[in-house]
Amino acid sequence: MGALPLTLEVWFLSVVFGGLLALGLTWARASGNWPLEGISRAYVFVFRGTPLLVQLFVVYYGLASFAAVRASIFWPFLRDAFSCAVLALALCTAAYQSEIFRMALAAIPAGQIEAARACGMSGPTLFRRVVFPIALRQALPAYTTELISMMKATALVSLVTLWDVMSVALKIRNDTLVTYTPLLIAGAIYFVVNYCLARAFAALEFFLSPHLRDRPMPAKVADVL
Amino acid sequence: MCSDVPALVVENMRKRFGAHEVLKGVSLTAREGDVISILGASGSGKSTFLRCINLLETPDEGAVTVAGETLRMRTRRDGRREAADRRQLDRIRSELGMVFQSFNLWSHMTILENLVEAPIHVQKRSRAECVEEAKALLEKVGIADKADYYPAHLSGGQQQRAAIARALAMRPKVMLFDEPTSALDPELVGEVLRVMRRLAEEGRTMLVVTHEMGFARDVSSRVVFLHQGLVEAEGPPADLFGAPKSDRFARFIAKEGR
Repeated sequence: MGALPLTLEVWFLSVVFGGLLALGLTWARASGNWPLEGISRAYVFVFRGTPLLVQLFVVYYGLASFAAVRASIFWPFLRDAFSCAVLALALCTAAYQSEIFRMALAAIPAGQIEAARACGMSGPTLFRRVVFPIALRQALPAYTTELISMMKATALVSLVTLWDVMSVALKIRNDTLVTYTPLLIAGAIYFVVNYCLARAFAALEFFLSPHLRDRPMPAKVADVL
Repeated sequence: MCSDVPALVVENMRKRFGAHEVLKGVSLTAREGDVISILGASGSGKSTFLRCINLLETPDEGAVTVAGETLRMRTRRDGRREAADRRQLDRIRSELGMVFQSFNLWSHMTILENLVEAPIHVQKRSRAECVEEAKALLEKVGIADKADYYPAHLSGGQQQRAAIARALAMRPKVMLFDEPTSALDPELVGEVLRVMRRLAEEGRTMLVVTHEMGFARDVSSRVVFLHQGLVEAEGPPADLFGAPKSDRFARFIAKEGR
């Protein structure tokens, strides 16, 4: 149980940094500037197309084999297993998240944007008041899935010497020779965390989409939780 | 409501999509209080004409002047045209209330929120004032009880009346209607037309692209008939419908069944 904070920390940091990178990628993809768009496409292509485990090993073991990397100012950062793990997970989730954002933007009814333009809305106001709120609602279900998937992906960091939930389970298994119990407990921990996560986002979705419910009514917390 | 400056002047509007020239130089002047119905077969360019006025489509040529202020345009390096000054464009757009065929209410906001959105965030007016005005407008279009509903909970006719109220909430100088009843079930058309007729009677300046011959004949002060991107016939409805000089217009009204 003592390892749970590390799992959550790796998850949280990689999701946040990955999310920021994803916003940049989405912006590049939608910029209409072909070199930027190409870079964004290529990024998604590579990081979505290769296993996360390979990416993690490349960042942790691969980069360290270059003398130039060891000599660079990034070395103190890249030498650390924790930051490597966060980096690899963030790079990977950024590709998936940017695809989610892109699809959410594409799914906004064009007429609603036109209506906003016709009212004299443009630039940041248009984004803040119309594009973002609609895109957010479109993105939430897929985004929740990605967050859960990332939570489970953090188990891979046990392979680069970090003491997360998974590596503790493996250690206990090795030390005690009890085969299933530690694994089942680790599984249960991930399950409970993901359950809470899913519930929290389902509640958020519920509050954000009164327009999809039968008729106007105040949201009831008890109904969701 | 009377002044010498026309509410809207459109000069020599041209627009092509690829090789197809949709508008071949259309001009139109709307004085304050004019209700102009724009008729034409589908493909005649009437919707494109309306959308070019507030630059939802960018015209290749032509000038738009709203209440004496001409929208400044410039040509980009790649040859396409755009508004020279975004702020001016946004301001002029806010003076042109647009009503769409498919309503286009913002789905994530209640009806009341739809009405106060642009007045608050574009025109920077106070929320209290906007809410009060919005409620009066909803009353006027007959859906005051639906203020807290979301668009999806309303019938098409109610949504379109809400969309009209949303456009009115901007206190526009001219109202543009782009086939406002074409997406409605026949039994819902009447309620929207009644609201539009009432606006016309109040002396609002309106441009209405429509297939509703009854509205064009009975409510509008002028009718413009477009054919293949040009004005084929124009004048007061009594003249046009009474004794059509244009054979095409005569055939058109015969086909539309009045």
